[in-house]
Amino acid sequence: MSVSESQLKGPSANVRQRHLSNQAIVNLFVWPTLLLLILMNVFPLFYSLYLGFTNYSAIAQKAPLWIAFQNFSTILNDKNLWQYFATTGRYALMSVSMQVLVGFGLAMLVREKFKGGGILTTLILIPMMISPVVVGLFWKLMYNPTFGFFNALLGFSDPSLSPDWLASRFAGHPVPGLALIAVVIVDVWMWAPFVMLLVLSGLKAIPDYLYEAAAVDRASSWFQFWRITLPQVAPLLLIAVLFRTIEAFKSFDLVMGMTGGGPGVQTELISVDLYRIAFLGQFRTGYGSALAYIILIIIIAISNLYIKYLNKSKGEG
Amino acid sequence: MFKKYAFALTIIMVMVVSACGPAATTQPAVVEATKPPVAEATLPPAAEPTQPPSLGVPGVTELTILWAQWSPADYLQQIGALYEQETGIKVTVVQEPWGSFGDRFNVAMAAGGTEWDMVVGDSQWIGQGATAGYYVDLTSYMKNNGIDKSVTPATLQYYGEYPAGSGKYYAYPTEGDADGWAYRKDLFEDPANMAAFKTQYGYDLAVPTTWAQLMDIAKFFTKPDKSMNGVAIYTQKDYDAITMGFENVMFSYGAKWQNPDNTVEGVVNSQESIDALQYYRDLYDCCQAPGLNNAFYTETNDAFIGGQVAMTMNYFAFFPALANPSTNPFADVTGFFANPAGPTGVRKAALGGQGLSVISFVTPEQQQASLDFIKWFAQEDIQAKWAALGGYSCNSNVLKTDAFMTAAPYNPAFSETMTFVMDFWNIPTYAALLTPSQNYLSAFVVGGEGTAKEALDNIAAEQTTALKADGVIP
Repeated sequence: MSVSESQLKGPSANVRQRHLSNQAIVNLFVWPTLLLLILMNVFPLFYSLYLGFTNYSAIAQKAPLWIAFQNFSTILNDKNLWQYFATTGRYALMSVSMQVLVGFGLAMLVREKFKGGGILTTLILIPMMISPVVVGLFWKLMYNPTFGFFNALLGFSDPSLSPDWLASRFAGHPVPGLALIAVVIVDVWMWAPFVMLLVLSGLKAIPDYLYEAAAVDRASSWFQFWRITLPQVAPLLLIAVLFRTIEAFKSFDLVMGMTGGGPGVQTELISVDLYRIAFLGQFRTGYGSALAYIILIIIIAISNLYIKYLNKSKGEG
Repeated sequence: MFKKYAFALTIIMVMVVSACGPAATTQPAVVEATKPPVAEATLPPAAEPTQPPSLGVPGVTELTILWAQWSPADYLQQIGALYEQETGIKVTVVQEPWGSFGDRFNVAMAAGGTEWDMVVGDSQWIGQGATAGYYVDLTSYMKNNGIDKSVTPATLQYYGEYPAGSGKYYAYPTEGDADGWAYRKDLFEDPANMAAFKTQYGYDLAVPTTWAQLMDIAKFFTKPDKSMNGVAIYTQKDYDAITMGFENVMFSYGAKWQNPDNTVEGVVNSQESIDALQYYRDLYDCCQAPGLNNAFYTETNDAFIGGQVAMTMNYFAFFPALANPSTNPFADVTGFFANPAGPTGVRKAALGGQGLSVISFVTPEQQQASLDFIKWFAQEDIQAKWAALGGYSCNSNVLKTDAFMTAAPYNPAFSETMTFVMDFWNIPTYAALLTPSQNYLSAFVVGGEGTAKEALDNIAAEQTTALKADGVIP
């Protein structure tokens, strides 16, 4: 009785024939992905860095002209840009801190199990699922002094005596900063649920025995919150703050949809100005690239600070 | 492992180095742009415009035109269908949403794109189109065929000419547009309102003939307790709206953007300009519908349709919605008027609209076929058809015909307006000049910050910097 070679080798030989080797998998999947990443991410990153050192317009039909650090020098000496950076900083600070407060509060609210809690949590999450442009348009209507219900909620009935939020006016008088606060309110409405979601996952991971032990020691609720809840949630809270700060610095569509950066430059965030420089008829590509890199460096610096504190809070710092 | 990293690094380096080297792909385009356009170099003396144009270029079966996505582009497509019937050459109008229209065109042109033969480009693009070599020089062709004489001088100047006063043309004025006004005739003709107005102001309530009268009327109709306001005017900061809105008053007050030598100090911030800006702010403060703090054509039309205002400023291109009973409940009682006069009797209006240009990157045959299309399109009977469809013709004779005047309730005001239009800068630096204008006008008018003089001084200073940076002024 004769047997074939494959039968002699057993079933494992067939399995090997049907499966790819590790090297084949690398060749088939990793390299194409890597190539795609290089083309779509790494190359533009390096190329835009190069453009930041040139005088170049994407529509000028002229080769980029090397001007070394001139773009960076101009940006760092431009008082208008510093004003936009300051506005962005104020916006990020107000927006993120409010989101943390509101998000934490909401998480504490829906943490306990109660009837309808699931539906309430879902409803709270809806704002962050809507497109920022749509949110901006909705809120523009809600802020309208005549028919918008925001002023009505605050108890204002006469449009001529109520705030015109997006015009930074109150009863016709200028109140600089009101438009920025209006945009912050919308951003908080939209993204506090995101903070809530992260905090909630942290809250649910806290072991019950910690609270039980604290209760045995007759610790107050405030003590329990300060010594158990907050430290346990802190790492996730810091991640939420990190994400939201990065997003606040990149914030564009909400502001563009609501105020276009106005009135004047009261809500002109740095991303909005970057858009104007890089596109919208100007097409100052080299200058815009330099500005984009400065923004990137600032975001990386802030992120590193957060990560440092995050590691510390984990006991790794 | 080292080899893998080395491979990846090599790819990055090769791409960066190749990209950073001399722009091989853009250089030929510059050469292309600077060579004499085919219209100048090869076209034989053309026939008179009254004669049927010689149509048909061997090998050309289709012409493609880029325009923004709106109703006039649909009308142009219908005109294109007529052209196909006559010549067999298919005309396709590619429509791009307004928000990305400029970006798409500019990016394609930077790459020497040939996907369109023609573009109906914004009046402010003409400087870029001419100096960067995107547009074919149409001067000889238009003059030889009498096309330049067929349109109103103002439209030829602002839609076609670059540099200003040079007599060189790069576009055929296609879709004329400018700012005008819509008003509620029922409110103006109400006997009680007429009597009250006469008592209060001492003259009859009627369509305003001066900006001062417009202010009186706006104040008269502003009644917050009845949710009624005098006006809806442009205030949008995003792109150019508040500048365009202000221009209507600015030009009528005798102010302008620049001297003939392109300097702006003392011009942008002249006393006339300061007075005009103060007027615009006063009009906003007293009579603008609440909430219209970032308003352009949509918001102003909405305020009118919603019965919130007695008068609204808008481009004529957006008035069809106000004359249509299905979109405006007040359509039957809506009237239209051209901008009133300033303190010295000057009447001016901010220009909108676009001109048709031939792209210089397409083949000589496609350029010739495009020129043939323009010649055909510029004929008076075709322009009459264009106007009948809803296009805003710039043809002088068509604008005067009874058929045009009675075709739509806003046409008489449009025809009148197109004789006194003025425009913002149209040099390649225009976007950098627009930014300070938008910022400071919005800050003063909407935000209530500072004074008119401070706002205009700041605009003049920053525009001077931008002009110097681009070498427009020494």
